[in-house]
Amino acid sequence: MQTEGEYDLSTGAGLIACPRCDALHVERELEPGETARCVRCNTVLASPRAGAFTRIIALSFASLVLMVGAVFFPFLEISRMGFGNQTSLFGVALAFSHGALMPLTVAVLGMIVGLPVLRALLLVYTLLPLARNRRPFAHAVPAFRLSEALRPWSMAEIFVIGTAIALVKVAGLANISLGPAFWAFCGLILVNAASNVFTSATTIWDAIEDAGMATDGREIVPETRA
Amino acid sequence: MSVPSAEAPVLTAHRAGLVGCRSCGRVWPEAETTCNRCGSTLVPPDRRCLNAVWAWLAAGFVFYIPANLFPMLKTSTFGGLRGNSEATILGGVVELMHYGNYGVAAIVFLASIVVPIGKFIAISWLALVAGRPATVQAAHKRLRLYEVVEFIGRWSMIDVFIVAILSALVQLGFVASIHPGPAAVSFALSVAFTMLSAQSFDPRLIWRGLPLRSRKDHE
Repeated sequence: MQTEGEYDLSTGAGLIACPRCDALHVERELEPGETARCVRCNTVLASPRAGAFTRIIALSFASLVLMVGAVFFPFLEISRMGFGNQTSLFGVALAFSHGALMPLTVAVLGMIVGLPVLRALLLVYTLLPLARNRRPFAHAVPAFRLSEALRPWSMAEIFVIGTAIALVKVAGLANISLGPAFWAFCGLILVNAASNVFTSATTIWDAIEDAGMATDGREIVPETRA
Repeated sequence: MSVPSAEAPVLTAHRAGLVGCRSCGRVWPEAETTCNRCGSTLVPPDRRCLNAVWAWLAAGFVFYIPANLFPMLKTSTFGGLRGNSEATILGGVVELMHYGNYGVAAIVFLASIVVPIGKFIAISWLALVAGRPATVQAAHKRLRLYEVVEFIGRWSMIDVFIVAILSALVQLGFVASIHPGPAAVSFALSVAFTMLSAQSFDPRLIWRGLPLRSRKDHE
C-alpha cells in the first residue's frame, strides 16, 4: 500500500499524469466536492462527489426505464389532407433499410438505442458493489473501460436535437403530434446529463482499485477506511 | 494538485522517464506497455500517433466528397405531379432558405458544411504543428482548439438523424414522401472517420515543444 503524499520518481508510484498535457502531479485522496485540476492545462483530473456512485446507478436505471418507453411508444405522428403516418424509434432507424443504406440502420439503432443502454448496464455493473463498499465484480475493469470508450458514440442527445430540427422543417407541410416516446427521449437526455455531472473516471478507477482489485500494492487507501 | 500558476515550470511524465496512462492517469515506468490499473495500452507521447490521425482524416475526406455530390434526400410531392426533387446537402440548405426557414438553414449549413470542413482544417493544422516548439499561450490555444474539435465532431451526425426522421415520418403516400439518398451513408462514414481521427490525436504532443526551465518543480 502507498502512503499518501509519498512518491517515487523512478517507478511513478504515488504520481498522476495529466491525460492532456502529461504534467506530473502528486496523488492525493480528495474530499467529496473537491475538484483537482491540472496545474498546466487546467484539465479536470478528478472530481469526486458525495454519493456519486449511488446517484449514477439510480440515474442509469431511470435511463433504462425511459429507453423502454422511448422504444415501444409511438414517437411522432404526421397528418395532412387525410393521409397520416406515425413512426416509432425503430421506424426512424428502418428508414435506411432499403438496399445499400442497410448498414446505416444498424449504426443508427446502435448510436441512439444500443449504446446508451449498454453504457447504463456497464455503469450499473461496475458501480453496484462499489456503492456498497464491496469488492467489484469480476471484469469490472474491462466493463468500465468499454463504457468510457463508447461514450463519444452514444448519441441520444444529438438525436433529440435532430428531431427538433426535422420537426421545424416539416411543420409548415403537415400537422405533427409528438408521442410519449418523444418526451421519454427528452427525459433521457436530462438523466444522462445529470449522470455525466457525477461521473469522474479517475475517481471510479480509484474506487475500483481501493475496493480490492489490488493491482500492485500501489493504491492509496484513505485513512478512514485503512 | 497544487496551486495552479501559469508560470510554474512543469515536470512531465515523459521528461521524468515515465509514461502516463491516458485513460486513468496512473504513472508507470517507460518500459511498461499496459496500464495495470485500467488495462489500456500505454503510449508514449510521440509522433507515431500522427500516422493514424492522417489515415483516418484522409478516409473521412474521401467519403466527404460523395456526401456532397450525391443526393441526401429524395422528395416526391403529389405522386410526382408537383415534381420529384433530389437535394444534395448544399441544395437542401438553398431550398430551406428559399422557403424562408433561415434558422434551420443556418443550423444545417453549420452542421454539414462549416463544421466538417473546419474539422478537416483544424485536425490537419494540429497534426502539422504537433511537437513543434510553442509558447505556453500557443499551446493553450491549440489544446482549446483540440477540445472544440473533439466536442463538436459527433454533432455532425445530426444531419444523418434528420434524414432518418424525415424519411420515416414523411410517408404520406400520394401527398408527399421523402426517401434517403446515398449521400447519407457516406456522410455518416465521413463523420465517424473524422471522429476517429480526432480521437487518435494525442493532445500531449501539443506540449512537447515547450521550453523547460527546470527538471524538478512544484514538489
